Amino acid sequence: MTEARWSVARVGPAAYDTVVIGAGLAGLTAALRLAEAGQRVAVLAKGVGATHLSPATIDVLGYDDGAIASPAEALPGFAAAHHGHPYSRVSVDLLRASLAWFQDCLEGHGYRGGLDENLLVPTAIGAAKPTALVPGTMAAADLRGGGRFVFVGLRGLKDFYPALLAGNVARAQLPGGRTVAGRAIELAPPLGIQRDPGPLGFARRFEDAGFRAAVVAELRSRLVPGEVVGFPAVLGVGGVREVQQELEERLGHPVFEVPALPPSVQGLRVFETMTGALRRAGGRLVVGSTVGAVRTSNGHVDAAITETAGRPIAYRAGSFVLATGGFASGGLELDASGRIRETVFDLPLSGVPGPNEPRLAREYFDDHPISRAGVAVDEKMRPVNGETEPVYENLHAVGATLAGAVPWREASGNGISLASGYAAAEAILGVPS
Amino acid sequence: MGTVPLTAVGNAPGCWDRPLRDQSLRASPCAQHAAILARRVATLETDVLVVGGGSTGAGVARDAAMRGFATVLVERGDLATGTTGRFHGLLHSGGRYAVKDPVAARECVVENAVLRRIATDCIEDTGGLFVSTPWDDPEFGDSFLEGCGATGVPVAEVSVAEVLRREPRLDPGITRAFEVPDAAIDPWKLVSTNARSAAEHGARILPYHRVDGLEVRSDKVVGARVVNEQTGDDVRIRSRIVVNAAGAWAGQIAELAGCGVTVLPGKGIMIAMNHRLVNTVVNRCKPPSDGDIIVPIRTVSVIGTTDVRVADPDELEVTDGEVEEMLDEGEKLIPGFRQARALRVWAGARPLFASDEVTDTRDVSRTHAVLDHAARDGVGGFVSITGGKTTTYRLMAEHAVDAVCAKLGVNRPTATHEEPLPGSENGHFYTLGSRLRAREPVPGSEEIICECELITRERLVQAMAQRRPTSIDDIRRAVRLGMGPCQGGFCIYRTAGILHGFERLDQEAANSALLDFLQERWKGVQPILHGDQFRQARLDDWIFQGLLDVQHLPE
Repeated sequence: MTEARWSVARVGPAAYDTVVIGAGLAGLTAALRLAEAGQRVAVLAKGVGATHLSPATIDVLGYDDGAIASPAEALPGFAAAHHGHPYSRVSVDLLRASLAWFQDCLEGHGYRGGLDENLLVPTAIGAAKPTALVPGTMAAADLRGGGRFVFVGLRGLKDFYPALLAGNVARAQLPGGRTVAGRAIELAPPLGIQRDPGPLGFARRFEDAGFRAAVVAELRSRLVPGEVVGFPAVLGVGGVREVQQELEERLGHPVFEVPALPPSVQGLRVFETMTGALRRAGGRLVVGSTVGAVRTSNGHVDAAITETAGRPIAYRAGSFVLATGGFASGGLELDASGRIRETVFDLPLSGVPGPNEPRLAREYFDDHPISRAGVAVDEKMRPVNGETEPVYENLHAVGATLAGAVPWREASGNGISLASGYAAAEAILGVPS
Repeated sequence: MGTVPLTAVGNAPGCWDRPLRDQSLRASPCAQHAAILARRVATLETDVLVVGGGSTGAGVARDAAMRGFATVLVERGDLATGTTGRFHGLLHSGGRYAVKDPVAARECVVENAVLRRIATDCIEDTGGLFVSTPWDDPEFGDSFLEGCGATGVPVAEVSVAEVLRREPRLDPGITRAFEVPDAAIDPWKLVSTNARSAAEHGARILPYHRVDGLEVRSDKVVGARVVNEQTGDDVRIRSRIVVNAAGAWAGQIAELAGCGVTVLPGKGIMIAMNHRLVNTVVNRCKPPSDGDIIVPIRTVSVIGTTDVRVADPDELEVTDGEVEEMLDEGEKLIPGFRQARALRVWAGARPLFASDEVTDTRDVSRTHAVLDHAARDGVGGFVSITGGKTTTYRLMAEHAVDAVCAKLGVNRPTATHEEPLPGSENGHFYTLGSRLRAREPVPGSEEIICECELITRERLVQAMAQRRPTSIDDIRRAVRLGMGPCQGGFCIYRTAGILHGFERLDQEAANSALLDFLQERWKGVQPILHGDQFRQARLDDWIFQGLLDVQHLPE
């Protein structure tokens, strides 16, 4: 962020209505919503976002003190009790609208669920996790009704252990005392010389008819009528719905996916669909461009300046959306001296532990004070100094950069990203919130 | 940690040898033990019982077994979980002691050469440097050269330009540099290969067996009462001699026989930094002090250490101040040290033996002592070996077993200085690139479970079969799993899955293994988290707590 760097930056007329920094779910939501509304939008991203690390489920609010059955019912009380939480800045109606918009723009993914009832879906280790929306490939994964589940492992996929999963799922505490039976089957479909293809390698193989035929041939005779069949989330990339449909027809059983370790093939599908839609709506995605400096004047952001090969480039716009994520994505940083900072604008932060307070708890599963640190925003998602004063009138912050949430513990990450990205777009478009 | 139902000592997970049931196990006939007969009591008889499974204990077991004694080793935890597994991994040239502790220096010179013959697979021949930084008195270099000359430490002064060419990250303000044969030694491999060799010579190696009491009859130690920590079963071990090789815990063991042995646990902290910041062991050329050495070992560089007298070797707190001091000292050797990723911090307790009261543990000799408690305390059948360091573990073992021979009135010389450890027969030193070289011929032809340390599924399953681990931490020590930049972010879930599928652990035990590892790991990373390593830790939170939701596994 040096003056020298600014002086060499090419500065042209405002080329964009809005510049979004970061290409995770929050940034892409804001960008796509704005582009659909006719804005000229650029997304500047250091790399691909947290979509590639996350399942494609939209977890709105899974846990508070205990598991949450209905986010819609729990949210007003949750927001009131957690002052400063991103959900205290958005209404339930806006959340509902953001979910509907998301389902609509990822229509081909067949999302199911909603804000009124959480589904319970198995994680890769077999915990029953509450979530609001799941892609069509996970529709049959809902454990709430009980039933008989088979989890299918694939030799060579080191990120999925069906026996461990099935053993835990079978002991899940379900509403109404329902029970789940779980068992595991290990398949050894042909992989050729490659013994460690990874999730994406398996996903590509599932788009091959010969590989699918081998899986079906090995599996079909081992299934018992009435069983629901869970695969690791590698059932194809773009063609996953066709793969799922074919497997269901040829096996004669419902088939679903269980999200496994990163890289997330499910997240990749969401990224591909949303960035494709963004391009079709005239938006621009510039991956590989790190915003290294910004130009501001009188409480107004004028330009974001990217470090690219060769020279800095200044992106001017009427509005800016900061969607760089939290500590895991590099949007927030804890330096060697213990200082916490927001890495692009050096925005004022909220929820930072004091100099004499511990940042981290001694027990891993305790609540760590640093977890809630981040950028506080007003209802237009503008970073604020103190309680209400926006730092820049035309800057909005969304997603994991926001203060007040512990998304991985609340099961709220994608919900916060979707809602805040949508809310920022509405604010930029001047829609009354 | 869930326990696994087990029937007898020899079937305990972590056992290294054949089940003992078909050996000399029988129920104890002693009436006075009727009360504990409700629980299973197995009895073993042996010549030598070794207490302690660090480098010294494993070395004693190997030496005793090689000299033909029936030998049993008991260790309260897994092997090498005390001081040996918690040091920086330096094979001393003797240079560190050349000025202040010539006896220790001479021992290091001899044993360094011996281990370079018998333990090559455990050693990376990095070489070592002593450098005078701008903070150090260059004239100490003269005392250093003189001390090395007097104690036989091979040393050569090298030009600063040459040193900076070899180790370009070092502070260019260095004024003098000396080359010595320091090296890096893998403590877990050293102990496990000693234990394996001992077992091959007939010894019984029993990890997770804690000594509950020593049996003293007519002023003579005749055995020990031991508890299998994984089953709760009692074991009585009758032995002709008990060798107390419990290191920093030796005072506690001696106390069980009413003998007073003063061991001063000296706490030392170490921090593993990501990557090889240097490829040579680098020491500050000055009197021993805190943070004066960086050891490149495997894929990391370890900075050490401190020396603080503590009351209890099981209570080793790492303070923020100590971490800051290490990082500050690191900066003096390698400018920018603080910007490197700190992966993990830990503390070990040196077993410093004091014959009189000493206040500063740095002033206690690093040499060792063999105590025959018959002469010293009037208690027969009992020998303590304490003090020393991993570099001289073999010599310590030799001296301890010499004392055993003397007490039993036999003359059997050691051969441990001649016979290579298992895996070191070909005389090739470990090299940093060896795991990568083994993977390279056909990339992707094996499943890599731990990408940081290039551990294949095959190697992991092999280690599970050999070690019968019940915790992921046991496997970590066996194959160095989860010790790279991601600190187990990816491989720990995989390992829990493989361990469960291996049918060693039931469902609850597999879940506990994962949860326990996460908590255990947290202790080592929490004090040093910042920068990119904090970012990594947050990604791990997303994986374990977000994606897998491990905190909501069924009870």
